[in-house]
Amino acid sequence: MRTSLRRSTAAALASALAVTALAACGTSSSGDGKSAQPSGGSADASAPLDPKTKVTLSIDCMPPAAKAAELKEWKEDVAEFNRTYPNVTIEGRSTPGQCLEPPRFTAMLKAKSQPDVFYAYFTDLQQVLDNDGAEDISAYVTPRSVPALDDIDKNVVGVLKRDGKLYGLPTSNYTMGLLVNRKLFQQAGLNPDTPPRTWEEVRAAAKKIAALGNGTAGYGEYSVENTGGWHYTAAMYGLGGDIVGADGKAAFNNPTGRQIADNLHAMRWEDDSMGKTQLLKWGDLQKQMAADKLGMFLAAPDDITYMVQQLGATYANFGMGPLPGGAATLAGGNGYMVKKGSSPDKIKAAVAWLNFKTLAVGKGQFRYDRSKADGLPVGLPQPAFFTGASKAKDDELKAASATMPVANFKAFLDNPVPGKAEPKKAQEVYKVLDKVMSGVLTNKDADVAQLLAEAEKAVNQLLANQ
Amino acid sequence: MTAPTTTLPVGRAVRAASKEEFRRAFKRNLTAHGFLIGAVLCFSFFSWYPMVREFLLAFQKTEGGATRWVGWDNFRHVFQDPGFWQAWRNTLLFTGLALVLGFLLPFVVAVVLNEFRHAQGYLRLLVYLPVMMPPVASVLLFKYFYDPGYGLFNRALEFLHLPAQDWLQSGDTAMLSVVIASTWMNMGSATLIYLAALQGIPGELYEAAELDGAGLLRKIWHVTVPQTKLILSLMLLMQIIATMQVFTEPFLLTGGAGPEGSTTTVVVLIYQYAFSFNQYGGAAALGLCLLVLLAGFSALYVRLSRDNES
Repeated sequence: MRTSLRRSTAAALASALAVTALAACGTSSSGDGKSAQPSGGSADASAPLDPKTKVTLSIDCMPPAAKAAELKEWKEDVAEFNRTYPNVTIEGRSTPGQCLEPPRFTAMLKAKSQPDVFYAYFTDLQQVLDNDGAEDISAYVTPRSVPALDDIDKNVVGVLKRDGKLYGLPTSNYTMGLLVNRKLFQQAGLNPDTPPRTWEEVRAAAKKIAALGNGTAGYGEYSVENTGGWHYTAAMYGLGGDIVGADGKAAFNNPTGRQIADNLHAMRWEDDSMGKTQLLKWGDLQKQMAADKLGMFLAAPDDITYMVQQLGATYANFGMGPLPGGAATLAGGNGYMVKKGSSPDKIKAAVAWLNFKTLAVGKGQFRYDRSKADGLPVGLPQPAFFTGASKAKDDELKAASATMPVANFKAFLDNPVPGKAEPKKAQEVYKVLDKVMSGVLTNKDADVAQLLAEAEKAVNQLLANQ
Repeated sequence: MTAPTTTLPVGRAVRAASKEEFRRAFKRNLTAHGFLIGAVLCFSFFSWYPMVREFLLAFQKTEGGATRWVGWDNFRHVFQDPGFWQAWRNTLLFTGLALVLGFLLPFVVAVVLNEFRHAQGYLRLLVYLPVMMPPVASVLLFKYFYDPGYGLFNRALEFLHLPAQDWLQSGDTAMLSVVIASTWMNMGSATLIYLAALQGIPGELYEAAELDGAGLLRKIWHVTVPQTKLILSLMLLMQIIATMQVFTEPFLLTGGAGPEGSTTTVVVLIYQYAFSFNQYGGAAALGLCLLVLLAGFSALYVRLSRDNES
């Protein structure tokens, strides 16, 4: 969700046309011709890939030329992979912007034009299955093909499972926390090494930071493009609440939900510690924080990468603490799936590549020494889906090559909060909750009880329409 | 009783003659038909076929790769969405406000421009300039103007000792702010069309009106308006059709929602259904509702165009 939002904004399509275009794609059932139907190869999933079998794999998300260091590493990895599997030809496909833009992804699935190995967010599984887009790879993923399998967090792998079948392999994950601007914390006389742990503390710290003046906001929140509802959900999780209860009905119109809304309303209108500009979406708060105009907001560690690489900030200026409340935190991530209709050999080759590139400690994306030498960031607390011996080894390698003050994330790492997946019909629910957030943040006279009651009714209605 | 036997050969002869005529006409226009085929194919593939698909999609649901017929379910689903009626209210509000501002203002500007005897070309360029700006750039510009903290508009109000406004940040003013931006972005084209119509009015009519002692307002009312009536009606209909499909301005200025959903329009909702919720059936159903409404206006437009031509 988080990453999907960042790309979904600027594309202002005339949507009526877009829908008709979608409709046009809808009937297309032809694949790329190379992998439309299972053909050839060993059907025995547990058998290793036959070195005599030539396999060509098209793979999403090869870094674009603009990301020179990442592209260099990709090419190195392909060359190294080919030393073991000379029979596998990797055809990387790169996109200039984000790896996955929801409208493009949707159209791609409808047209069945996805690459053999395609990139998807954890939240995309249902959409992929609805479009019959991915292969069940359960039989191909074993400790033999993925040696670290038993050390990968079961919750993370579980996200890519449906009805006991595995449809993808994770490449990264995230949990949310409280991102802080260390410079502003220090200027306001606060200790950035101990970020606020409760909403009362957040409110008090925000007041002090806003008191610095010059348009500085203490705390920032989203409220449009479904990001408001997404953050409201994270805040609810932090306080032990839920958005959709076990009974399948809205579970936020209660004292916990009200506490979050009331607190934001008070921070916005009583304390004036959230700035005047509201209706913000993914990317807006990052810009404010990178410009040292914002003290805190809910975020995931890779927001820091975005601020440094895209907005020119420095790693040393940021730190993280756990999500206020600490009962649970919103978790997500992304991975790769194998296109439906791929031959067993293609699936084997795909699993071998994914294992090498994204799931092997000390290799591919976890070659921290190489990342450091290439000027890429090392030391962010996530992705972190290894457990046991793999985690120990990965931590050791990461610490040895860190390119940023990892102590800044100590509060986040030392207080791990259990991750919790997004609610059912997440985007639609978030859209409804956006109204609560925008109401609280733009209307001084907002009736919080009424906003929550209306949102509850709307969410129950859409949940009933499953 | 004999009539059929005598008329049949005549009928056949007529049919044969008309067939021959058709063949000759077809041969005569072979090149034109050749060109037409390309256009027809393009329209079929990129316009008509998607429209037929959208119609079908409105009654279908895609699950597990299979498409199944669900009848009116998609419509029921979108009608039950509380955001549906709000989106229609917002769209109608936008259309209403856009008609007050976006329809009248270009006409007034055109009348004023028409009165200028010097620097007309320069003034026309000035009026048309905003249309040449990419819409996204214009919208972002207005986003900056509307910013409650550092925005140009509030700075200007402050300079004039007037109270600052919330602009996009309040449910009361958000839609009006969107309309203002939209009017600024689009009025150039309408102004030029009005100006062309105004310049087609014979000068003698104004001279006669002046001789009859008419002032400026009476001249506008009794000469300008009747003479441009058809253009005005066409522009009004086109404006209604265009404004009911508004997307870019609310989507970019307010994230498609605004305070408490006050700027979510029907087309923004269609976009959300398709690309945020992956409910293509719901999006198509909504699109069909809009299509039915706009088809009525379009029929009126066609009728008026015909009158205009005749």
